[in-house]
Amino acid sequence: MNSRNDTTSSTRSTRSARGALTTLVTWILVLIFFFPVFWMVLNGFKPESLASSVDPTFIFKPVTEGYQLAMDRGMAGYLQNSLTAAVIATIISVTLAIPAAYALSIRRVKNVENSLSFFISTRFMPLAAIVLPLFMIFKTIGLLDNIYMLGIVYGAMNLPVTVWMMRSFFLEVPYEIIEAARVDGAGMFREIVRIVLPLVLPGVAAAALISFIFAWNEYFLALLLTSSAARTTPPFLGSFVDGRGQFLAVLSAAATIAALPVILAGWAAQKQLVRGLSMGAIK
Amino acid sequence: MTTTTTQPIELEDVRAATATDKRRVQKKELWRNRGLLLPAVVFLILLTQIPFLTTIGFSLTKWNLLYPNDRAFAGFDNYTSALTSGDLWPSIRATVLITAFSVTLAVLFGLLFAVLLDRQFRGRALARTLMITPFLIMPAAASLIWKYSMFDTNIGMINWVFRSLHLPVVAWSTEHPMATVVIVLTWQFTPFMMLILLAGLQGQDKGILEAAQVDGAGTWRTFTWITLPHLRMYIEIGVLLGSVIILQVFDPIAILTKGTGGTKTLAYLLYERAFIGLDVGQAAAYGVVTVVLTIIVATIALKSVFKVFMAGGSR
Repeated sequence: MNSRNDTTSSTRSTRSARGALTTLVTWILVLIFFFPVFWMVLNGFKPESLASSVDPTFIFKPVTEGYQLAMDRGMAGYLQNSLTAAVIATIISVTLAIPAAYALSIRRVKNVENSLSFFISTRFMPLAAIVLPLFMIFKTIGLLDNIYMLGIVYGAMNLPVTVWMMRSFFLEVPYEIIEAARVDGAGMFREIVRIVLPLVLPGVAAAALISFIFAWNEYFLALLLTSSAARTTPPFLGSFVDGRGQFLAVLSAAATIAALPVILAGWAAQKQLVRGLSMGAIK
Repeated sequence: MTTTTTQPIELEDVRAATATDKRRVQKKELWRNRGLLLPAVVFLILLTQIPFLTTIGFSLTKWNLLYPNDRAFAGFDNYTSALTSGDLWPSIRATVLITAFSVTLAVLFGLLFAVLLDRQFRGRALARTLMITPFLIMPAAASLIWKYSMFDTNIGMINWVFRSLHLPVVAWSTEHPMATVVIVLTWQFTPFMMLILLAGLQGQDKGILEAAQVDGAGTWRTFTWITLPHLRMYIEIGVLLGSVIILQVFDPIAILTKGTGGTKTLAYLLYERAFIGLDVGQAAAYGVVTVVLTIIVATIALKSVFKVFMAGGSR
Protein backbone atom coordinates (compact mmCIF):
# COMPACT_ATOMS: atom_id res chain seq x y z
CA MET A 1 0.00 0.00 0.00
CA ASN A 2 2.65 2.39 1.13
CA SER A 3 5.08 1.50 -1.63
CA ARG A 4 2.33 1.79 -4.20
CA ASN A 5 1.54 5.28 -2.99
CA ASP A 6 5.22 6.11 -3.24
CA THR A 7 5.49 4.97 -6.83
CA THR A 8 2.44 6.92 -7.97
CA SER A 9 3.64 10.08 -6.30
CA SER A 10 7.12 9.60 -7.73
CA THR A 11 5.84 9.04 -11.29
CA ARG A 12 3.64 12.06 -10.80
CA SER A 13 6.58 14.16 -9.72
CA THR A 14 8.80 12.91 -12.58
CA ARG A 15 5.96 13.66 -14.95
CA SER A 16 5.56 17.18 -13.63
CA ALA A 17 9.32 17.63 -13.69
CA ARG A 18 9.36 16.57 -17.31
CA GLY A 19 6.47 18.94 -17.98
CA ALA A 20 8.34 21.83 -16.40
CA LEU A 21 11.41 20.97 -18.47
CA THR A 22 9.37 20.89 -21.69
CA THR A 23 7.85 24.24 -20.79
CA LEU A 24 11.32 25.67 -20.18
CA VAL A 25 12.61 24.33 -23.52
CA THR A 26 9.50 25.71 -25.26
CA TRP A 27 10.08 29.16 -23.83
CA ILE A 28 13.78 29.14 -24.73
CA LEU A 29 12.99 28.16 -28.33
CA VAL A 30 10.18 30.70 -28.61
CA LEU A 31 12.42 33.47 -27.29
CA ILE A 32 15.27 32.54 -29.67
CA PHE A 33 12.78 32.56 -32.49
CA PHE A 34 11.37 35.91 -31.46
CA PHE A 35 14.79 37.43 -30.80
CA PRO A 36 15.26 39.21 -34.18
CA VAL A 37 12.00 41.10 -33.63
CA PHE A 38 12.94 41.99 -30.05
CA TRP A 39 16.39 43.07 -31.24
CA MET A 40 14.86 45.24 -33.96
CA VAL A 41 12.67 47.08 -31.45
CA LEU A 42 15.59 47.46 -29.03
CA ASN A 43 17.99 48.77 -31.70
CA GLY A 44 15.43 51.34 -32.79
CA PHE A 45 15.72 53.00 -29.39
CA LYS A 46 19.52 53.04 -29.28
CA PRO A 47 21.76 55.90 -30.31
CA GLU A 48 23.45 54.97 -33.60
CA SER A 49 26.87 54.43 -32.04
CA LEU A 50 25.47 51.80 -29.67
CA ALA A 51 23.27 50.07 -32.29
CA SER A 52 26.18 49.70 -34.70
CA SER A 53 28.74 48.64 -32.12
CA VAL A 54 30.43 45.28 -32.51
CA ASP A 55 29.54 44.14 -29.00
CA PRO A 56 25.79 44.18 -28.39
CA THR A 57 24.33 46.37 -25.67
CA PHE A 58 21.24 45.27 -23.83
CA ILE A 59 20.97 47.97 -21.19
CA PHE A 60 21.06 51.58 -22.30
CA LYS A 61 19.20 54.86 -22.03
CA PRO A 62 16.52 54.75 -24.76
CA VAL A 63 16.48 57.62 -27.24
CA THR A 64 14.13 58.42 -30.12
CA GLU A 65 16.96 59.55 -32.40
CA GLY A 66 16.37 56.65 -34.80
CA TYR A 67 12.67 57.46 -35.12
CA GLN A 68 13.51 61.12 -35.64
CA LEU A 69 15.95 60.23 -38.44
CA ALA A 70 13.43 57.88 -40.10
CA MET A 71 10.86 60.66 -40.13
CA ASP A 72 13.46 63.08 -41.49
CA ARG A 73 13.86 60.74 -44.44
CA GLY A 74 10.21 61.39 -45.27
CA MET A 75 8.84 58.15 -43.89
CA ALA A 76 5.46 59.72 -43.08
CA GLY A 77 4.76 60.13 -46.80
CA TYR A 78 5.54 56.48 -47.54
CA LEU A 79 3.37 55.34 -44.64
CA GLN A 80 0.55 57.54 -45.94
CA ASN A 81 0.86 55.88 -49.38
CA SER A 82 0.92 52.40 -47.87
CA LEU A 83 -2.18 53.22 -45.87
CA THR A 84 -4.02 54.56 -48.93
CA ALA A 85 -3.16 51.51 -51.05
CA ALA A 86 -4.03 49.04 -48.28
CA VAL A 87 -7.35 50.74 -47.50
CA ILE A 88 -8.37 50.84 -51.18
CA ALA A 89 -7.38 47.19 -51.59
CA THR A 90 -9.38 46.22 -48.52
CA ILE A 91 -12.49 48.15 -49.54
CA ILE A 92 -12.43 46.69 -53.06
CA SER A 93 -11.78 43.10 -52.06
CA VAL A 94 -14.34 43.11 -49.25
CA THR A 95 -17.08 44.81 -51.28
CA LEU A 96 -16.66 42.46 -54.23
CA ALA A 97 -16.15 39.39 -52.06
CA ILE A 98 -19.32 39.71 -49.97
CA PRO A 99 -21.79 39.14 -52.85
CA ALA A 100 -19.51 36.54 -54.46
CA ALA A 101 -19.03 34.56 -51.26
CA TYR A 102 -22.75 34.85 -50.58
CA ALA A 103 -23.60 33.41 -54.00
CA LEU A 104 -21.07 30.62 -53.52
CA SER A 105 -22.35 29.58 -50.12
CA ILE A 106 -25.92 30.53 -49.28
CA ARG A 107 -27.45 31.11 -52.68
CA ARG A 108 -27.02 28.48 -55.33
CA VAL A 109 -24.91 28.92 -58.41
CA LYS A 110 -24.43 26.29 -61.06
CA ASN A 111 -20.94 24.82 -61.08
CA VAL A 112 -19.83 26.19 -57.73
CA GLU A 113 -16.66 24.15 -58.15
CA ASN A 114 -15.73 25.94 -61.36
CA SER A 115 -16.17 29.36 -59.84
CA LEU A 116 -14.21 28.35 -56.77
CA SER A 117 -11.34 26.93 -58.76
CA PHE A 118 -11.33 30.09 -60.87
CA PHE A 119 -10.72 32.08 -57.71
CA ILE A 120 -8.12 29.67 -56.37
CA SER A 121 -6.19 29.60 -59.65
CA THR A 122 -6.17 33.40 -59.71
CA ARG A 123 -4.76 33.40 -56.21
CA PHE A 124 -1.97 31.11 -57.38
CA MET A 125 -1.15 33.27 -60.40
CA PRO A 126 2.37 34.61 -59.82
CA LEU A 127 2.54 38.40 -59.76
CA ALA A 128 5.52 38.07 -62.10
CA ALA A 129 3.11 36.84 -64.77
CA ILE A 130 0.99 39.98 -64.76
CA VAL A 131 3.30 42.82 -63.82
CA LEU A 132 4.70 43.63 -67.28
CA PRO A 133 1.39 44.35 -69.05
CA LEU A 134 0.16 46.30 -66.03
CA PHE A 135 3.35 48.36 -66.13
CA MET A 136 2.99 49.01 -69.88
CA ILE A 137 -0.70 49.88 -69.68
CA PHE A 138 -0.27 52.18 -66.68
CA LYS A 139 2.68 53.81 -68.40
CA THR A 140 0.70 54.39 -71.60
CA ILE A 141 -2.28 55.94 -69.84
CA GLY A 142 -0.12 57.89 -67.42
CA LEU A 143 -1.13 56.01 -64.29
CA LEU A 144 2.26 54.66 -63.38
CA ASP A 145 3.39 55.80 -59.94
CA ASN A 146 -0.25 56.30 -58.97
CA ILE A 147 -1.17 55.09 -55.50
CA TYR A 148 -4.85 54.52 -56.36
CA MET A 149 -3.92 52.19 -59.22
CA LEU A 150 -1.60 50.27 -56.91
CA GLY A 151 -4.46 49.95 -54.43
CA ILE A 152 -6.76 48.63 -57.19
CA VAL A 153 -4.18 46.03 -58.25
CA TYR A 154 -3.80 44.97 -54.62
CA GLY A 155 -7.58 44.65 -54.47
CA ALA A 156 -7.42 42.10 -57.30
CA MET A 157 -4.48 40.36 -55.63
CA ASN A 158 -6.44 39.94 -52.39
CA LEU A 159 -9.89 39.22 -53.79
CA PRO A 160 -9.55 35.42 -54.19
CA VAL A 161 -8.37 34.97 -50.60
CA THR A 162 -11.14 37.22 -49.35
CA VAL A 163 -13.80 35.28 -51.30
CA TRP A 164 -12.60 31.89 -50.05
CA MET A 165 -12.20 33.06 -46.51
CA MET A 166 -15.60 34.76 -46.33
CA ARG A 167 -17.29 31.79 -47.92
CA SER A 168 -16.03 29.62 -45.08
CA PHE A 169 -17.72 31.99 -42.62
CA PHE A 170 -20.91 32.22 -44.69
CA LEU A 171 -21.19 28.43 -44.74
CA GLU A 172 -21.49 28.51 -40.97
CA VAL A 173 -24.69 30.58 -41.02
CA PRO A 174 -27.48 28.20 -40.03
CA TYR A 175 -29.65 27.57 -43.05
CA GLU A 176 -32.86 27.77 -40.97
CA ILE A 177 -32.25 31.46 -40.30
CA ILE A 178 -32.00 32.25 -44.02
CA GLU A 179 -34.98 30.07 -44.82
CA ALA A 180 -37.04 31.84 -42.17
CA ALA A 181 -36.08 35.17 -43.68
CA ARG A 182 -37.08 33.97 -47.14
CA VAL A 183 -40.44 32.77 -45.87
CA ASP A 184 -40.93 36.21 -44.38
CA GLY A 185 -40.41 37.50 -47.88
CA ALA A 186 -37.16 39.31 -47.31
CA GLY A 187 -35.62 40.39 -50.60
CA MET A 188 -32.12 39.35 -51.51
CA PHE A 189 -30.56 42.66 -50.59
CA ARG A 190 -32.34 42.70 -47.23
CA GLU A 191 -31.35 39.09 -46.71
CA ILE A 192 -27.68 39.98 -47.14
CA VAL A 193 -27.59 43.26 -45.24
CA ARG A 194 -30.02 42.57 -42.43
CA ILE A 195 -29.65 38.89 -41.76
CA VAL A 196 -26.45 37.39 -43.14
CA LEU A 197 -23.97 40.23 -42.67
CA PRO A 198 -24.53 40.74 -38.94
CA LEU A 199 -23.95 37.02 -38.42
CA VAL A 200 -20.70 36.93 -40.37
CA LEU A 201 -19.38 40.31 -39.27
CA PRO A 202 -16.39 38.82 -37.39
CA GLY A 203 -15.49 36.93 -40.56
CA VAL A 204 -15.77 40.03 -42.71
CA ALA A 205 -13.56 41.90 -40.25
CA ALA A 206 -10.98 39.13 -40.29
CA ALA A 207 -10.98 39.00 -44.10
CA ALA A 208 -10.55 42.77 -44.19
CA LEU A 209 -7.58 42.55 -41.81
CA ILE A 210 -5.94 39.82 -43.90
CA SER A 211 -6.46 41.88 -47.04
CA PHE A 212 -4.94 44.91 -45.32
CA ILE A 213 -1.93 42.90 -44.12
CA PHE A 214 -1.10 41.50 -47.57
CA ALA A 215 -1.40 44.91 -49.25
CA TRP A 216 0.59 46.70 -46.55
CA ASN A 217 3.48 44.23 -46.79
CA GLU A 218 3.67 43.91 -50.59
CA TYR A 219 7.06 44.78 -52.10
CA PHE A 220 7.38 43.44 -55.67
CA LEU A 221 4.53 45.35 -57.35
CA ALA A 222 5.20 48.42 -55.24
CA LEU A 223 8.80 48.48 -56.42
CA LEU A 224 7.85 48.12 -60.09
CA LEU A 225 4.64 50.14 -60.36
CA THR A 226 5.68 53.15 -58.28
CA SER A 227 8.76 55.38 -58.36
CA SER A 228 8.40 58.48 -56.20
CA ALA A 229 5.00 60.09 -55.60
CA ALA A 230 3.27 56.78 -54.90
CA ARG A 231 6.21 54.95 -53.27
CA THR A 232 5.08 52.81 -50.38
CA THR A 233 6.94 51.73 -47.25
CA PRO A 234 8.48 48.40 -48.37
CA PRO A 235 10.51 49.87 -51.29
CA PHE A 236 11.47 52.78 -49.02
CA LEU A 237 12.87 50.26 -46.53
CA GLY A 238 14.53 48.37 -49.37
CA SER A 239 16.44 51.52 -50.30
CA PHE A 240 18.39 51.20 -47.04
CA VAL A 241 20.41 48.43 -48.70
CA ASP A 242 22.35 51.02 -50.66
CA GLY A 243 23.08 53.02 -47.51
CA ARG A 244 26.57 54.04 -46.43
CA GLY A 245 27.96 54.38 -42.92
CA GLN A 246 26.11 53.41 -39.77
CA PHE A 247 22.36 53.15 -40.06
CA LEU A 248 21.18 50.22 -37.94
CA ALA A 249 19.32 52.39 -35.41
CA VAL A 250 17.39 54.37 -38.02
CA LEU A 251 16.76 51.20 -40.05
CA SER A 252 15.46 49.37 -36.96
CA ALA A 253 13.24 52.30 -36.03
CA ALA A 254 11.84 52.52 -39.57
CA ALA A 255 11.30 48.75 -39.72
CA THR A 256 9.53 48.84 -36.36
CA ILE A 257 7.15 51.59 -37.49
CA ALA A 258 6.51 49.74 -40.77
CA ALA A 259 5.87 46.39 -39.12
CA LEU A 260 3.87 47.60 -36.12
CA PRO A 261 0.40 48.15 -37.69
CA VAL A 262 0.37 44.68 -39.20
CA ILE A 263 1.75 43.00 -36.09
CA LEU A 264 -1.00 44.60 -34.02
CA ALA A 265 -3.67 43.75 -36.61
CA GLY A 266 -2.40 40.16 -36.79
CA TRP A 267 -2.38 39.78 -33.03
CA ALA A 268 -5.93 41.10 -32.92
CA ALA A 269 -7.08 38.70 -35.66
CA GLN A 270 -5.06 35.78 -34.27
CA LYS A 271 -8.01 33.41 -34.04
CA GLN A 272 -9.06 34.01 -37.64
CA LEU A 273 -5.53 34.21 -39.01
CA VAL A 274 -5.21 30.54 -39.84
CA ARG A 275 -8.48 30.61 -41.73
CA GLY A 276 -7.27 33.53 -43.80
CA LEU A 277 -3.89 31.96 -44.51
CA SER A 278 -5.42 28.65 -45.53
CA MET A 279 -8.06 30.39 -47.66
CA GLY A 280 -10.79 29.09 -45.39
CA ALA A 281 -9.75 25.45 -45.67
CA ILE A 282 -8.90 25.25 -41.98
CA LYS A 283 -10.96 26.70 -39.18
CA MET B 1 -67.47 10.06 -68.09
CA THR B 2 -66.44 13.54 -69.21
CA THR B 3 -65.80 14.73 -65.71
CA THR B 4 -63.46 11.84 -64.99
CA THR B 5 -61.38 12.62 -68.09
CA THR B 6 -61.21 16.38 -67.69
CA GLN B 7 -60.25 16.36 -64.07
CA PRO B 8 -56.85 14.71 -64.47
CA ILE B 9 -56.04 16.95 -67.40
CA GLU B 10 -56.79 20.02 -65.36
CA LEU B 11 -54.60 18.75 -62.56
CA GLU B 12 -51.79 18.05 -64.97
CA ASP B 13 -52.18 21.49 -66.39
CA VAL B 14 -51.85 22.99 -62.97
CA ARG B 15 -48.85 20.81 -62.24
CA ALA B 16 -47.25 21.75 -65.52
CA ALA B 17 -47.90 25.44 -64.87
CA THR B 18 -46.29 25.33 -61.44
CA ALA B 19 -43.37 23.35 -62.80
CA THR B 20 -42.57 25.91 -65.50
CA ASP B 21 -43.11 28.64 -62.96
CA LYS B 22 -40.67 26.97 -60.63
CA ARG B 23 -38.22 26.53 -63.45
CA ARG B 24 -38.65 30.16 -64.40
CA VAL B 25 -38.19 31.26 -60.80
CA GLN B 26 -35.16 29.03 -60.45
CA LYS B 27 -33.70 30.33 -63.65
CA LYS B 28 -34.30 33.89 -62.56
CA GLU B 29 -32.69 33.20 -59.24
CA LEU B 30 -29.75 31.48 -60.89
CA TRP B 31 -29.15 34.53 -63.04
CA ARG B 32 -29.44 36.81 -60.04
CA ASN B 33 -26.87 34.68 -58.24
CA ARG B 34 -24.59 34.84 -61.23
CA GLY B 35 -25.02 38.60 -61.03
CA LEU B 36 -23.67 38.45 -57.50
CA LEU B 37 -20.55 36.67 -58.72
CA LEU B 38 -20.08 38.77 -61.82
CA PRO B 39 -18.37 41.89 -60.39
CA ALA B 40 -15.66 39.83 -58.69
CA VAL B 41 -15.09 37.65 -61.74
CA VAL B 42 -14.97 40.55 -64.20
CA PHE B 43 -12.61 42.49 -61.95
CA LEU B 44 -10.24 39.54 -61.72
CA ILE B 45 -10.36 38.85 -65.44
CA LEU B 46 -9.52 42.49 -66.16
CA LEU B 47 -6.64 42.70 -63.74
CA THR B 48 -5.16 39.22 -63.81
CA GLN B 49 -6.31 36.94 -66.65
CA ILE B 50 -6.06 39.55 -69.42
CA PRO B 51 -2.65 40.78 -68.26
CA PHE B 52 -1.50 37.17 -68.14
CA LEU B 53 -2.62 36.55 -71.74
CA THR B 54 -0.88 39.79 -72.68
CA THR B 55 2.28 38.52 -71.00
CA ILE B 56 2.14 35.45 -73.24
CA GLY B 57 1.80 37.83 -76.19
CA PHE B 58 4.79 39.88 -75.03
CA SER B 59 6.84 36.71 -74.65
CA LEU B 60 6.39 36.01 -78.35
CA THR B 61 7.58 39.49 -79.28
CA LYS B 62 10.99 40.93 -79.92
CA TRP B 63 10.75 44.03 -77.77
CA ASN B 64 13.47 45.94 -75.98
CA LEU B 65 12.60 49.35 -74.57
CA LEU B 66 16.01 50.61 -75.62
CA TYR B 67 14.98 50.09 -79.26
CA PRO B 68 11.23 50.85 -79.14
CA ASN B 69 10.88 50.92 -82.93
CA ASP B 70 12.44 47.51 -83.45
CA ARG B 71 9.38 45.58 -82.29
CA ALA B 72 8.27 42.45 -84.11
CA PHE B 73 6.78 39.01 -83.74
CA ALA B 74 9.55 36.68 -82.66
CA GLY B 75 7.91 33.30 -82.27
CA PHE B 76 9.68 31.29 -79.60
CA ASP B 77 12.96 33.20 -79.90
CA ASN B 78 12.68 34.57 -76.38
CA TYR B 79 12.25 31.06 -75.02
CA THR B 80 15.11 29.55 -77.03
CA SER B 81 17.42 32.40 -76.11
CA ALA B 82 16.36 32.00 -72.47
CA LEU B 83 17.39 28.37 -72.68
CA THR B 84 20.68 29.02 -74.51
CA SER B 85 21.77 32.15 -72.61
CA GLY B 86 22.25 30.03 -69.52
CA ASP B 87 20.06 32.22 -67.31
CA LEU B 88 16.95 30.10 -67.21
CA TRP B 89 18.12 26.78 -65.75
CA PRO B 90 20.12 28.25 -62.86
CA SER B 91 17.11 30.40 -62.11
CA ILE B 92 14.66 27.49 -62.12
CA ARG B 93 17.13 25.59 -59.97
CA ALA B 94 17.41 28.50 -57.51
CA THR B 95 13.63 28.89 -57.33
CA VAL B 96 12.96 25.20 -56.79
CA LEU B 97 15.79 24.70 -54.28
CA ILE B 98 14.91 27.76 -52.21
CA THR B 99 11.25 26.70 -52.18
CA ALA B 100 11.99 23.08 -51.33
CA PHE B 101 14.45 23.84 -48.52
CA SER B 102 12.38 26.63 -46.99
CA VAL B 103 9.09 24.74 -47.10
CA THR B 104 10.62 21.55 -45.68
CA LEU B 105 12.39 23.36 -42.84
CA ALA B 106 9.35 25.52 -42.10
CA VAL B 107 7.14 22.43 -41.88
CA LEU B 108 9.60 20.68 -39.53
CA PHE B 109 10.02 23.70 -37.25
CA GLY B 110 6.31 24.44 -37.53
CA LEU B 111 5.53 20.91 -36.40
CA LEU B 112 7.94 21.19 -33.49
CA PHE B 113 6.45 24.48 -32.31
CA ALA B 114 2.89 23.30 -32.91
CA VAL B 115 3.46 20.25 -30.69
CA LEU B 116 5.15 22.36 -28.02
CA LEU B 117 2.45 25.03 -28.06
CA ASP B 118 -0.40 22.53 -28.10
CA ARG B 119 0.43 21.65 -24.49
CA GLN B 120 -1.11 23.54 -21.61
CA PHE B 121 1.50 25.69 -19.93
CA ARG B 122 1.83 29.04 -18.27
CA GLY B 123 1.97 31.89 -20.79
CA ARG B 124 0.92 29.78 -23.74
CA ALA B 125 -1.14 32.61 -25.27
CA LEU B 126 1.83 34.96 -25.04
CA ALA B 127 4.21 32.37 -26.52
CA ARG B 128 1.80 31.86 -29.41
CA THR B 129 1.50 35.59 -29.99
CA LEU B 130 5.29 35.98 -30.05
CA MET B 131 5.61 33.00 -32.40
CA ILE B 132 3.29 34.35 -35.10
CA THR B 133 5.09 37.70 -35.27
CA PRO B 134 7.78 36.71 -37.83
CA PHE B 135 5.04 35.91 -40.32
CA LEU B 136 3.31 39.25 -39.77
CA ILE B 137 6.38 41.45 -39.97
CA MET B 138 6.80 43.17 -43.33
CA PRO B 139 9.00 40.79 -45.41
CA ALA B 140 11.21 43.64 -46.62
CA ALA B 141 11.75 44.71 -43.01
CA ALA B 142 12.46 41.13 -41.93
CA SER B 143 15.11 40.66 -44.62
CA LEU B 144 16.78 43.95 -43.71
CA ILE B 145 16.82 43.18 -40.01
CA TRP B 146 18.38 39.77 -40.66
CA LYS B 147 20.88 41.22 -43.14
CA TYR B 148 22.26 43.85 -40.79
CA SER B 149 21.50 42.91 -37.21
CA MET B 150 21.86 39.11 -37.56
CA PHE B 151 24.09 38.14 -40.50
CA ASP B 152 26.48 41.12 -40.66
CA THR B 153 30.15 40.26 -40.14
CA ASN B 154 30.71 43.16 -37.72
CA ILE B 155 27.46 43.97 -35.97
CA GLY B 156 25.45 40.82 -36.64
CA MET B 157 24.35 38.85 -33.59
CA ILE B 158 25.05 35.45 -35.16
CA ASN B 159 28.67 36.40 -35.67
CA TRP B 160 28.83 37.86 -32.18
CA VAL B 161 27.76 34.45 -30.86
CA PHE B 162 30.34 32.77 -33.14
CA ARG B 163 33.08 35.09 -31.89
CA SER B 164 32.08 34.44 -28.29
CA LEU B 165 32.42 30.70 -28.95
CA HIS B 166 35.77 31.32 -30.69
CA LEU B 167 34.37 30.17 -34.01
CA PRO B 168 35.36 31.85 -37.28
CA VAL B 169 33.17 34.74 -38.41
CA VAL B 170 30.91 33.91 -41.38
CA ALA B 171 30.05 36.39 -44.14
CA TRP B 172 26.63 34.87 -44.61
CA SER B 173 25.28 36.58 -47.71
CA THR B 174 28.46 36.08 -49.74
CA GLU B 175 29.74 32.75 -48.38
CA HIS B 176 26.37 31.01 -48.02
CA PRO B 177 23.87 33.02 -50.07
CA MET B 178 21.41 30.15 -50.48
CA ALA B 179 21.45 29.36 -46.76
CA THR B 180 20.97 33.06 -45.96
CA VAL B 181 17.81 33.26 -48.04
CA VAL B 182 16.52 29.91 -46.77
CA ILE B 183 17.09 30.87 -43.12
CA VAL B 184 15.08 34.07 -43.46
CA LEU B 185 12.27 32.37 -45.38
CA THR B 186 12.17 29.50 -42.90
CA TRP B 187 11.97 32.00 -40.08
CA GLN B 188 9.07 33.78 -41.77
CA PHE B 189 7.11 30.68 -42.76
CA THR B 190 7.53 28.58 -39.61
CA PRO B 191 4.67 30.48 -37.89
CA PHE B 192 2.51 29.95 -40.98
CA MET B 193 3.04 26.18 -40.83
CA MET B 194 2.72 26.21 -37.05
CA LEU B 195 -0.69 27.87 -37.19
CA ILE B 196 -1.98 25.35 -39.73
CA LEU B 197 -0.58 22.37 -37.81
CA LEU B 198 -1.77 23.75 -34.49
CA ALA B 199 -5.29 23.87 -35.91
CA GLY B 200 -4.80 20.24 -36.93
CA LEU B 201 -3.65 19.21 -33.47
CA GLN B 202 -6.55 20.99 -31.83
CA GLY B 203 -8.99 19.22 -34.13
CA GLN B 204 -7.68 15.87 -32.99
CA ASP B 205 -9.95 13.52 -31.07
CA LYS B 206 -8.53 13.61 -27.53
CA GLY B 207 -10.38 10.40 -26.64
CA ILE B 208 -8.34 8.37 -29.12
CA LEU B 209 -5.12 9.80 -27.69
CA GLU B 210 -6.17 8.88 -24.16
CA ALA B 211 -7.14 5.40 -25.29
CA ALA B 212 -3.72 4.97 -26.87
CA GLN B 213 -2.07 6.10 -23.63
CA VAL B 214 -4.17 3.65 -21.64
CA ASP B 215 -3.23 0.87 -24.06
CA GLY B 216 0.38 1.64 -23.20
CA ALA B 217 1.47 3.22 -26.44
CA GLY B 218 4.31 5.59 -25.60
CA THR B 219 4.26 9.29 -26.42
CA TRP B 220 6.45 8.80 -29.49
CA ARG B 221 4.39 5.91 -30.85
CA THR B 222 1.15 7.76 -30.25
CA PHE B 223 2.63 10.67 -32.14
CA THR B 224 3.87 8.71 -35.17
CA TRP B 225 0.93 6.31 -35.40
CA ILE B 226 -2.00 8.55 -34.58
CA THR B 227 -1.08 12.23 -34.61
CA LEU B 228 1.06 12.32 -37.77
CA PRO B 229 -1.45 10.51 -40.00
CA HIS B 230 -4.14 12.84 -38.67
CA LEU B 231 -1.94 15.84 -39.50
CA ARG B 232 -1.26 14.65 -43.04
CA MET B 233 -4.01 16.75 -44.59
CA TYR B 234 -2.83 19.84 -42.72
CA ILE B 235 0.78 19.26 -43.76
CA GLU B 236 -0.37 18.96 -47.37
CA ILE B 237 -2.26 22.24 -47.22
CA GLY B 238 0.72 23.94 -45.61
CA VAL B 239 3.11 22.56 -48.22
CA LEU B 240 0.87 23.57 -51.13
CA LEU B 241 0.20 27.11 -49.96
CA GLY B 242 3.76 27.63 -48.75
CA SER B 243 5.24 26.35 -52.03
CA VAL B 244 3.03 28.50 -54.21
CA ILE B 245 3.89 31.62 -52.22
CA ILE B 246 7.64 30.92 -51.97
CA LEU B 247 7.92 30.04 -55.68
CA GLN B 248 7.27 33.73 -56.33
CA VAL B 249 9.83 34.85 -53.79
CA PHE B 250 11.41 38.23 -54.45
CA ASP B 251 11.87 40.34 -51.31
CA PRO B 252 14.67 38.44 -49.53
CA ILE B 253 16.55 37.97 -52.80
CA ALA B 254 16.41 41.66 -53.65
CA ILE B 255 17.52 42.64 -50.17
CA LEU B 256 19.89 39.89 -49.02
CA THR B 257 21.79 38.67 -52.10
CA LYS B 258 20.59 40.59 -55.17
CA GLY B 259 20.49 37.27 -56.94
CA THR B 260 24.16 36.40 -56.44
CA GLY B 261 25.53 32.98 -55.59
CA GLY B 262 22.82 30.85 -57.18
CA THR B 263 19.87 32.62 -55.58
CA LYS B 264 18.51 34.38 -58.66
CA THR B 265 14.88 33.24 -58.56
CA LEU B 266 12.60 33.61 -61.57
CA ALA B 267 10.85 36.63 -60.07
CA TYR B 268 14.20 38.34 -59.54
CA LEU B 269 15.44 37.39 -63.01
CA LEU B 270 12.30 38.86 -64.55
CA TYR B 271 12.82 42.05 -62.55
CA GLU B 272 16.42 42.28 -63.78
CA ARG B 273 15.62 41.60 -67.42
CA ALA B 274 12.63 43.95 -67.55
CA PHE B 275 13.57 46.84 -65.32
CA ILE B 276 17.33 46.89 -65.64
CA GLY B 277 17.81 45.19 -69.03
CA LEU B 278 14.57 46.73 -70.39
CA ASP B 279 14.00 43.58 -72.46
CA VAL B 280 10.23 43.20 -72.22
CA GLY B 281 9.97 40.17 -74.51
CA GLN B 282 12.61 38.19 -72.67
CA ALA B 283 11.24 39.14 -69.26
CA ALA B 284 7.73 38.10 -70.31
CA ALA B 285 9.09 34.69 -71.27
CA TYR B 286 10.43 34.31 -67.71
CA GLY B 287 7.02 35.34 -66.40
CA VAL B 288 5.37 32.58 -68.42
CA VAL B 289 7.95 30.05 -67.22
CA THR B 290 7.13 31.07 -63.63
CA VAL B 291 3.48 30.26 -64.26
CA VAL B 292 4.34 26.89 -65.81
CA LEU B 293 6.52 26.05 -62.82
CA THR B 294 3.78 27.10 -60.41
CA ILE B 295 1.26 24.97 -62.28
CA ILE B 296 3.58 21.93 -62.14
CA VAL B 297 4.18 22.30 -58.43
CA ALA B 298 0.57 23.13 -57.69
CA THR B 299 -0.81 20.17 -59.63
CA ILE B 300 1.53 17.80 -57.85
CA ALA B 301 0.48 19.21 -54.51
CA LEU B 302 -3.04 20.17 -55.48
CA LYS B 303 -4.43 16.77 -56.45
CA SER B 304 -5.01 15.68 -52.93
CA VAL B 305 -5.42 19.11 -51.46
CA PHE B 306 -8.18 20.37 -53.71
CA LYS B 307 -10.37 17.58 -52.44
CA VAL B 308 -9.73 18.85 -48.95
CA PHE B 309 -10.65 22.40 -49.94
CA MET B 310 -13.86 21.16 -51.49
CA ALA B 311 -14.68 18.80 -48.65
CA GLY B 312 -14.18 21.72 -46.27
CA GLY B 313 -17.09 23.57 -47.71
CA SER B 314 -19.77 22.13 -49.88
CA ARG B 315 -23.29 22.28 -48.61
